[in-house]
Amino acid sequence: MSRETGQAYPVSSEAKIRVEDLHKSFGQNVVLDGIDLSVATGEALVVVGPSGTGKSVLLKHLIGLLQPDSGRVLVDGQDLWAMDHLQRVDFRKKFGMSFQEGALFDSMTVYDNIAFPLRRSGKKPAQVRERVEECLELVQLPDIASKRPSELSGGMRRRVGFARAIAHKPEILLFDEPNTGLDPIMTDTIAEVILGIRRQLRATIVTITHHIPSARKIGDRLALLSGGHILFQGTPDEFVKSPDPAVRQFVEGRATGPLTGEIQTLHRNYGEAR
Amino acid sequence: MIQRVLEPIGNVVLRLVEETGRFFIMLGRILFWSPRPPYDVREHFKQMQRVGVDSIPVVFLTMLFTGMVLSLQAYNGFARFNATSLVGSVVTLSLMRELSPVLSALMVTGRVGSSMAAEIGSMRVTEQIDALEALATEPVQYLFVPRVFASVLMMPLLVVLGDVIGMIGGYFVAVNLLGTNSQTYYESQFNYVDMVDFTSGIIKAAVFGLIFSVVACVRGYYTVGGAEGVGRSTTRAVVVASLTILLVDFFLTRLLF
Repeated sequence: MSRETGQAYPVSSEAKIRVEDLHKSFGQNVVLDGIDLSVATGEALVVVGPSGTGKSVLLKHLIGLLQPDSGRVLVDGQDLWAMDHLQRVDFRKKFGMSFQEGALFDSMTVYDNIAFPLRRSGKKPAQVRERVEECLELVQLPDIASKRPSELSGGMRRRVGFARAIAHKPEILLFDEPNTGLDPIMTDTIAEVILGIRRQLRATIVTITHHIPSARKIGDRLALLSGGHILFQGTPDEFVKSPDPAVRQFVEGRATGPLTGEIQTLHRNYGEAR
Repeated sequence: MIQRVLEPIGNVVLRLVEETGRFFIMLGRILFWSPRPPYDVREHFKQMQRVGVDSIPVVFLTMLFTGMVLSLQAYNGFARFNATSLVGSVVTLSLMRELSPVLSALMVTGRVGSSMAAEIGSMRVTEQIDALEALATEPVQYLFVPRVFASVLMMPLLVVLGDVIGMIGGYFVAVNLLGTNSQTYYESQFNYVDMVDFTSGIIKAAVFGLIFSVVACVRGYYTVGGAEGVGRSTTRAVVVASLTILLVDFFLTRLLF
C-alpha cells in the first residue's frame, strides 16, 4: 500500500482512524468479515465496491452508530465502545456525517437543519446565522435557507446534508454515497463540493461511492470492499492500473468476474499467483 | 401436533416478553436522559400543544356524548326502581373514575400515539435518527423525552376537561331532555363523590399518557422496512398501547381503591 505524498493537502503519518479485524453480521448474513483499515490524519480515503457489500455498515461503525461483533474501531486511539454512553455521544462531535438521501430533518427548514448542531452546542444566534450562511456558500447553495427539504432536488438535499455535517467544523467527515442516483453533472458538482470542503476544513475524510471518476477525484487512496473484505488498497492511479481481477471488473464495470462470482477463491488464487 | 400448538404460543410469549422488555428499557433511557441538558424548551411546548391543545376537540366530543349517553342509560335503568335521584352521582363517578381517563386515553392514543409512531418510524427509515446520533444528539433525549413529558402532563388536563364536559352532557340530557329537576340533578352530581374519585382518574390519565407515548416511541424507534414498516409500526403502536391501557386500567383500579 502506498500513498501519494506532496499534495495540496497535508497528510500526517499518524492514524486518525484505525479499524482492527472488524466483524459484523446481521442474523445469518455476514456483512463485514475481518476488516483492517487505517486512515491518516488529513487523508481522504474512498471506499468503493458493489452495492450491498456493507460499505455503509463500515461507515456506521467508524462513527459508532453500529457496534462491532468483534474487532475494534479506534479514533484518535480511543475505542468508541470502551466509552460509556454519554462519552460516546459527546465524542461524535468530532464527526460530521452525510447520509445517502441527505437524511435532512423534514420538520425543519434548511436553515434550521444546518443550525441544528450549532444550536445544540449552545452557539449564539448571530454566530449560528453567520456559520449557516458560510456553510451554504461552501456547498454552492445560497438563498435556499428558508426552503423545506421536500422542496429540494436530490442533489440539493445532499449538499444541504453536507452543510449540516460540516457546520460544527468536525475533524472527521464521512460521506455515505454522496453522488449515487444523480445526473453526471451533479455527480461531478458533488465531487467538487467535497474537494472545496476539504480545502476549507482540512478534515480527515472517508467517502463511500461506486462512482470511479468521483472516487479518483476525491481520494488520496482507494479501497475496494467486497464480500466483507478489503480486496485492494492503493492510490487512484494504482487502482485504475491494477491488474487485480476484482479491481479490473469494478473499474471496467463488467457483470461477470470475481466480484460477482466466488470472490474469495478467485482472489486468493490471484494473490498466490502474484 | 403438540409442536404445532405450542410453537405459536411460544412465539406470542416471546414477542410479549420482547415488547415488555423494550418498553421498560426505553422508559429507563427516557428517565436517564430527561434531567440532562441541553433542554429544548421549544420542542417541549410544541409537543404539549400537539398532545394537549390539539386533542381538545376530540376529547370534547367524545366526553360530551359519553356523558349524554351515560345519563340517558342510567336514567332509563334507574327509573325501573325509582332511583333516578342517583343518576347524577352515577354519571359523575363513572366519568371521573373510569370513562373520562380511559376513553380520552384511547382517543388520544389513536390521534397522537399513531402520529408519533409514524413520525419516529419514518425518521428511522429515512436515516434521520442516525443523523441525529451522528450530530452528537441522543434521539431518546431530543425526540422521546419531550413527547413522553408532554403526554404525562397533558393527559390529566385533558381528563379534567373530559370530566367537566361529560358532566355538562349528562346534565343537559337529564334536565333538558328527560325533565329532571335542575336543582336536584345539580346537587346529586356531587353526592357520594370524594376527592379520591377525582384524583384516581387523574393518576390513571398520567399513567395512560406514559404508556401510549412510550409505546409509540418504542414502535417508531424499532421500525424496519420502509413505508410498509412505518405502517406496521403505527398500527402496532395503537393496538399495543390501547390494549395495555385497558389492562393497566384494571390493575390501577384495584390498586387505587
